[in-house]
Amino acid sequence: METLPADSLTQRLRDARRSRQSEKILQDKETERKVEERQEEARTSSVPGEEFFAEAGNLFSFVGRFFSRVWRRPYEVRELLTQMDEVGTKSLMLTGVVGFSIGIVLAMQSRGTLARFGAESFLPSMLALSVIKEIGPVLTSLVLAGRLGAGMGAELGSMKVTEQIDALEVAALKPFHYLVVTRVLACVIMFPIMTMLTDFLALAGGYLEAWLSDGMNVRVFIATAFDSLRFADVIVDTMKTSIFGFIVGIVSCYLGYNVRGGTREVGRAAMQSVVVSSLLILISDVVIVRLSIMLFGDISDAA
Amino acid sequence: MSRISRRADARRQPAEAGPGADAGPHPLDDDGLATPASDPTGAPAAGVPGAEGTARGDAREPHLVDPEAGPVTGNSPPPPDDIVVDLRDVYKGFGPKKILRGVDMTVERGTSAVVMGGSGTGKSVLTKHVVGLLRPDKGEVWVLGERLDLMDQEQLDQKRTRLGYLFQGGALFDSMTVYENMRFFLDRLTTLDRGEKDDLIMEGLEDVNLPSTRDQYPAELSGGQKKRVGLARTLIMQPDIILYDEPTTGLDPVSVRVVSDLIVKLRDTRGISSISITHDLLAAEIVADRVHFLLDGQIAAAGTLDEVRRSDIPELQEFFKGTDAYGHA
Repeated sequence: METLPADSLTQRLRDARRSRQSEKILQDKETERKVEERQEEARTSSVPGEEFFAEAGNLFSFVGRFFSRVWRRPYEVRELLTQMDEVGTKSLMLTGVVGFSIGIVLAMQSRGTLARFGAESFLPSMLALSVIKEIGPVLTSLVLAGRLGAGMGAELGSMKVTEQIDALEVAALKPFHYLVVTRVLACVIMFPIMTMLTDFLALAGGYLEAWLSDGMNVRVFIATAFDSLRFADVIVDTMKTSIFGFIVGIVSCYLGYNVRGGTREVGRAAMQSVVVSSLLILISDVVIVRLSIMLFGDISDAA
Repeated sequence: MSRISRRADARRQPAEAGPGADAGPHPLDDDGLATPASDPTGAPAAGVPGAEGTARGDAREPHLVDPEAGPVTGNSPPPPDDIVVDLRDVYKGFGPKKILRGVDMTVERGTSAVVMGGSGTGKSVLTKHVVGLLRPDKGEVWVLGERLDLMDQEQLDQKRTRLGYLFQGGALFDSMTVYENMRFFLDRLTTLDRGEKDDLIMEGLEDVNLPSTRDQYPAELSGGQKKRVGLARTLIMQPDIILYDEPTTGLDPVSVRVVSDLIVKLRDTRGISSISITHDLLAAEIVADRVHFLLDGQIAAAGTLDEVRRSDIPELQEFFKGTDAYGHA
């Protein structure tokens, strides 16, 4: 502002005074606002565990949203294939090594125990039972939960933080279909396949051990291994990993999709995805096993 | 599937029969995505007369909208033709936090509005209402003659093909090159052939003066370049309204001028109306036809930049304190 030099001091003092007054008004308002906020907080945050239930509620509404959208267009087939590649092919190395080494170790550890009862010949069937019924499905799912949960949580989280998801939404590109539906479906489809591969490799590892230590014939191994298994068991126990896959997909996508804030929250979302989906896998496994025993009877019926 | 295609047909019909499409045919009209340019009178007769009669004949609850009926207007009178965005008494809160407390704001066709205000006053929240990313707790959001707050997902997506939103960091997809970023939108929303798409992409990049970045990844671009590519990606859809979320924040003064001039150019040459959020007075001076100052969840002052600057509200004086260095617009 162009003013005469004589006036400038007056002007400056006037400005200073006005600005002091403004500041005072602002301070008062700030205090008022803070008091209001405190009162509001005191009113709202008194119920214990409220946050947990709110979060659980949001997760279930996210699941509901998934089921309402999954039937509808657009069907993102190409993106689904990309994601299946990510879940399957690119995780193959990890699950393969885990399966193979668990098979060998399991055989080595059990051999001594079985030998004590003179039941060494049961080794293959014990291996098959434990691998196909429990270790294969659960271990594969947990390993994949670690790899994919963190990946999806972090990827969607950072897309959310950098507003890429909003950009898709605004351009009418249905990000939920593109990002969430494809990932969850990829997990649902690929988890059982990965489990079968892990089972196969674990049994192969077990056989390798048996062959190395007492030269077991492969035919004998296969015959005794599958003797005690029923078809229903194999199906139920493999297909339950679809549910685990659904859990991993939906939990990771939910946490990633709802990140608010910055990079710290992205990291937290990735970490929580792994923790929450692993816990839910183990809990749901208990429920599924109980249910399958109720429906199909337990393994003693096989004999 | 048949249900979906039937609905799509029904939507397409008014698009062909609808009178008064103001801005000529929308580039997306050919695949039935764009709505008619929303008859501003909001008269239900805008759709197909026969279908309209039966739809209105049913005794419906007034707040339920028929997806196949004409413009979505609810029970309120629509704004005049030259108002592209009209927010009426909009309230929005997140939990106990009330962000917007009765915002009233209008934007005229072919003008640039600027929303200013301190951090955390809800400027982004406000603009997100205009593209339907957020829905108001109370109040009406009129965009291009229709009420966004009453629309279902399908209607909203149709409307969105006429809106553009430039996000703060450009929101480019990291995993794709600039070309793929722009192609992605065209692939999914249009049935253009490959040559047409390539032409549109190159034109878009030339508009923002960055044709050389075609094959680069977003990580290789500077902040200003990302914003400009983001703008090119928005422009490729030929929107009627663009919302700019802090288009110049974090840029050097030269880039600020480049981006601001670009916004003005788009307004003057293509008649694109815009709403920009900014703290940047230099940008505001170049861009703004009308400034809205957001304070305590309401528009505390609106007018030209000078009028707002002269306001005697203490918060505004504080905001503009020491900004005389920029001179006057």
